Amino acid sequence: MQGKCGLFFTSYRAEAQVFPSGFQKSMVGLFLAILCAAPFVLNTHLTSIVNLVFISVIGAVSLNLLTGVCGQISLGHGAFLGVGAYAAGQCSVHGVPFPLAILTGGLVTALVGMVFGVPSLRLKGIYLAIATLAAQLVLEYVFLHGGALTGGSNGLLLKPPSILGFAFDSEIRMYFLLLAFAAGALLMVTNIMRSKYGRAFVSIRDFHLSAEIVGVNLFRYKLVAFGVSSFLAGVAGGLWGHYTGYISAEQFNIGLSISYLAMIIIGGLGSVLGSVFGAVFIVLLPEVLNALANTLAGFWPGIALHVVAMREGVFGLVLILFLIFEPEGLAHRWRLIKAYWKLYPFAH
Amino acid sequence: MEYYLQLIVNGLVVGSIYSLVALGFVVIYKATKVVNFAQGELVMAGAYVCFALTVQFHIPFVWAFLVTLVFSVLLGLVIERMVLRPLIGEEHISVIMVTVGMSSVLKSVVQLFWGTQIRVYPQVLPTEPVVIAGLPVAPVYIAAFILSALLFAVFSVFFKFSRMGVAMRATAFDQQAAQSMGIGIKNIFAMSWCIACVVSAVGGVILGNINGINAHIGHLGLKVFPAVILGGLDSLLGAALGGLIIGVLENVCDGAARQLLGLGGFREVAAFIVLVVILMIKPYGLFGTKEIERL
Repeated sequence: MQGKCGLFFTSYRAEAQVFPSGFQKSMVGLFLAILCAAPFVLNTHLTSIVNLVFISVIGAVSLNLLTGVCGQISLGHGAFLGVGAYAAGQCSVHGVPFPLAILTGGLVTALVGMVFGVPSLRLKGIYLAIATLAAQLVLEYVFLHGGALTGGSNGLLLKPPSILGFAFDSEIRMYFLLLAFAAGALLMVTNIMRSKYGRAFVSIRDFHLSAEIVGVNLFRYKLVAFGVSSFLAGVAGGLWGHYTGYISAEQFNIGLSISYLAMIIIGGLGSVLGSVFGAVFIVLLPEVLNALANTLAGFWPGIALHVVAMREGVFGLVLILFLIFEPEGLAHRWRLIKAYWKLYPFAH
Repeated sequence: MEYYLQLIVNGLVVGSIYSLVALGFVVIYKATKVVNFAQGELVMAGAYVCFALTVQFHIPFVWAFLVTLVFSVLLGLVIERMVLRPLIGEEHISVIMVTVGMSSVLKSVVQLFWGTQIRVYPQVLPTEPVVIAGLPVAPVYIAAFILSALLFAVFSVFFKFSRMGVAMRATAFDQQAAQSMGIGIKNIFAMSWCIACVVSAVGGVILGNINGINAHIGHLGLKVFPAVILGGLDSLLGAALGGLIIGVLENVCDGAARQLLGLGGFREVAAFIVLVVILMIKPYGLFGTKEIERL
């Protein structure tokens, strides 16, 4: 790993740290401090948006582990979130404590994800994408027609979560809960990527035959990738369900899967930081469009009708433009900016 | 018994439209190795353009249909040029996502112009049903089936005998070899997108004549995946058979689930359950080329 100018490592342990320099540590500390102070400054609406960003960060980083790092395309991630939401939701409804409910949601989703990951040994690329698409649609059908298990078209109603009697019943309280979960998920995926498993995933993505030749057990590692990724997706789904207080089948449609894929592509495939950027970008996009529409409504009253139709179009357009002009994603741009300032003013 | 016969007939008609859309999908995949998630939206675009021309601009149906075909060719050229060409050589996921983005854009443009409510085509054919083997069948169904079959025949001849068709097959077989024999790959790519847009638009117009159209007609594009996987991703014959089989299968399964189990909406997933089974047993479909990998 290349450090800043003047930063030398004298031991492997020092080099392998997540944040190798004091400067980085202080910057992360500063960022966390800002995050902790934010909900006291922001109004409720803005806090709720940041809460959605936190949930999306967990979902995006889990999909990035599977698709960006391990190379297994999943078009069913939205449904995996749904599995987690319903499983955790059912636990909560039956009186299981919140942390245990979330854990159960994650584990059930991991199981479902691994079942749908089994074809990944035989299928690659496009075929796997289509198989996971089938998973998405089949699961959606189950959500809608699951009877008592999913509440069918009525959905499930949930109370706000509480831990040891402390209820997370306001946006600010949810904010800190979700922040903790998001930070935990990011740390977990960062560390998986630095471990033996992460290196095996990358080797499978880059060329599965060579990976097998150097001794990576493809089936096992692909299943692990599906399992860990779905576990985190299930946690994200469980949190989302508890946060909104209502779970319905429409929340977890194929559009959600696509927006998660969009997050990791816009943020940067295979990058933890990219997942954060992508989640922020995709969650903020409709909000910015709404704000824009409200401003424009003063000049052009009819525009509110068109915003709904335009929102999807803008989403598609952004996706296309990113793929054409910034295929490496925002994380790559961030690296370039950092490099620019590191070398400034001697750019060449 | 008659209930199921009726289901099969309806399934064949819907299946013939799936076949057309699958044909477009296969032509693109064969030549360019692009999986087009916007195939359903191409159907929608064609259907709405024809609708606008006949209903809003009062152009006779036949002329409107021809203008729609011309529009589809242009749409194909624009899409290939603006969206797909910059992504040649990129990873699977990038190419898949660019077509997903394209489908969002097309959907949004249609909603912007025409809203989301159902629009009905003017009746072109007589509504009096024709009785075939004891079953009443609407003439529009028969026309739909014949038109699809005709298009398939035309394209089979095209790929077999025309210069362009042979060049397209050569490109599909081996891009580098084709290029070194003097075939312009870029023209082939553009051509395959044009064909895909045209057949999809025909499918859209037929569908509009049967059921009317709304902004969710693009959902049909998802049904193409089971059809092409069953037939084999790169086989024209497979697309034709796959479409028909999936059409019949989903109609019969839906009818059976409704009658025997009282389950609604099974139509949406029947094809995908079949898809998973096919992928497990025979991943390259009935007529698909097996991908052989070597180091």
